[in-house]
Amino acid sequence: MSITATDVAVLDGAPAPEAPTRRARLRFLRGGKTRTGLLMLGFFVLLAVIGPWIAPYDPDAMSDQLLQPPSGAHWFGTTHTGQDVLSQILVGTRGVLIVGFVAAVIATVLSVLIGVTAGFIGGAVDEILSALANIFLVLPGLPLIIIVASFVPDTGDLLIAFAIALTSWAWGSRILRAQTLSLRRRDYVEAARATGESTWRIILFEIMPNLTAVIASGFVGTVIFAVLTEITLAFIGVADISHWNWGTVLFWAQSNQALAQGAWWWFVPAGLCIALLGTALALINFGIDEFVNPRLRTATGSSRKVKMRVGFTPVARRAPGTGAGHPEHSSKEPRP
Amino acid sequence: MKYLLQRLAFYAVTAWAAITINFLIPRLMPGDPVQALLSRYQGQLDTNAINSLKALFGLDEQQSLWQQYTDYWAHLLDGDLGLSFTFFPTPVSEVIVQSLPWTLALVGVTTLLSFVLGTGIGVYSGWKRGSWLDGLLPVTTFISSIPYFWLGLIAIALFAEKWSLFPNSGGYDNSLVPAFDWPFISSALYHAFLPGVTIVLSAVAGWILGMRNMMVTVSSEDYVMVAQAKGLSERRVMFGYAARNAVLPNISGFALSLGFIVGGTLLVEMVFTYPGIGFQLLQAVGAKDYPLMQGVFLIITLSVLAANLLADLVYAALDPRTRKEA
Repeated sequence: MSITATDVAVLDGAPAPEAPTRRARLRFLRGGKTRTGLLMLGFFVLLAVIGPWIAPYDPDAMSDQLLQPPSGAHWFGTTHTGQDVLSQILVGTRGVLIVGFVAAVIATVLSVLIGVTAGFIGGAVDEILSALANIFLVLPGLPLIIIVASFVPDTGDLLIAFAIALTSWAWGSRILRAQTLSLRRRDYVEAARATGESTWRIILFEIMPNLTAVIASGFVGTVIFAVLTEITLAFIGVADISHWNWGTVLFWAQSNQALAQGAWWWFVPAGLCIALLGTALALINFGIDEFVNPRLRTATGSSRKVKMRVGFTPVARRAPGTGAGHPEHSSKEPRP
Repeated sequence: MKYLLQRLAFYAVTAWAAITINFLIPRLMPGDPVQALLSRYQGQLDTNAINSLKALFGLDEQQSLWQQYTDYWAHLLDGDLGLSFTFFPTPVSEVIVQSLPWTLALVGVTTLLSFVLGTGIGVYSGWKRGSWLDGLLPVTTFISSIPYFWLGLIAIALFAEKWSLFPNSGGYDNSLVPAFDWPFISSALYHAFLPGVTIVLSAVAGWILGMRNMMVTVSSEDYVMVAQAKGLSERRVMFGYAARNAVLPNISGFALSLGFIVGGTLLVEMVFTYPGIGFQLLQAVGAKDYPLMQGVFLIITLSVLAANLLADLVYAALDPRTRKEA
């Protein structure tokens, strides 16, 4: 459920070359990094959906193939009770992604609500909300989640997602507040106010569209954080270990001395999956960052050879027709 | 001065919030895990210990919440965090005092090291954009996506189990008595090497990326061009003009992400069974030792706040704008 909903938010439609305005908006999809990231993420989402069906064995089923290295029958080897590691990872993908995306959705909603409100309304409300965000920012999140989770009798995926969201909204909210502050006094917002638009309409239709990239990058960042936190919690046995996810695989590997027995196949695949998923999301975020801040663009198309010189902003020009910077995002924009 | 006072006030409020959260968590949660522990240890606990546990975890039903709150503070200010059940009957404060130096040394040194190293590499790769250093970016991205503890597992598998170059666990050689002499310190350093390298390796990537992006942004500012036009040396422009301005957001980012980093490093301690506070937390979680868990959380939070304050002082020293009287 959550996967499909949030997935749409991330992908937001495939690149559509026909409509020029659409193309401009989705230009960040053209970068190689973003495309690689989306492809990798798509692969994991696919695994999350079909994983339990394509898993060759029941992840809980024991067999007499104890602690076997990878082979044709067991691609990722087996555990000390003969369970198939590949099946555990395939089945576990769903839990990882669901928690990651649910947590990120909740955290993003919280950060937008709090950050935009603080930035737009200002005054005492801003002071209080910013202080709240800063407090949540400096409190170490992981120990807090560990404490909360260990007091609760049953720690399901949703509870973990919720706890992660509660400790991770503050960063996005801080960035959104700063961005809203700088947008609030722009001429076009003043014009909208002068024509009598309501506050809500200004926030929703004048401010929010200009925050899309920031919100998206915050969302992707939170997914990374949530996935890492969730796996960490499963690894130390705080989360529900009867549910398969990559952290649970690592938990069993660690508690059964996989390291000392040299059973590298038991913990290497899960870790690689985490790293690949994280890389995919980070690549998407780079794409968004470069979209927002054109100075960061490196190897986009023909600008591959551009060398950085002081005071000179390399501009990626593809063909005469499509300029590098959307006027709104070009580096010539006066910074407020 | 005003800036520092503001920051001090903010940290005071945050510390208060953390302590209050710590107070509320056991009282809001369903069930009474501590009560269960108490009844299990009945007979072994003296009345004093029972009273302090009751005050810390709100088991005294007759008292009002406010009464409980003031009691709680009174116990905290006395340094009384209850008794640890894992190390029965050692007080929690004693367990923490024993393990905190290990964590402070390991996490403090490695965090600073990775920040300095990452910022340095970031300055260069941002300044020399388009050079081979850009090839580092995908690698750092990949490394920064790896959980700290998994890198630790791999490090143990390779350097401790396979090649036996380094010990796979512990903080020092068990045959030694902790003291300030060379055999002990060298053994401690030897044991800290692998966890330290793990932390530096996984933390450094984030700083490289952040600093590089700031450098790229700052390098195209007008004042950098002016500095270049004045004929200043490349080094001077790079460090005195571009890097000095680019490092500011990185330092405030450093302060803000400390909580996150500390969370990751706690895991490294757990993997290496390093005798620090993270490992105590893991043991407390495993044994459902609530007093120890909460004590560890409080200490971690207060240390992070102190580190934040330090970062703010550095920031104030580097950024004259914060020193200007408003």
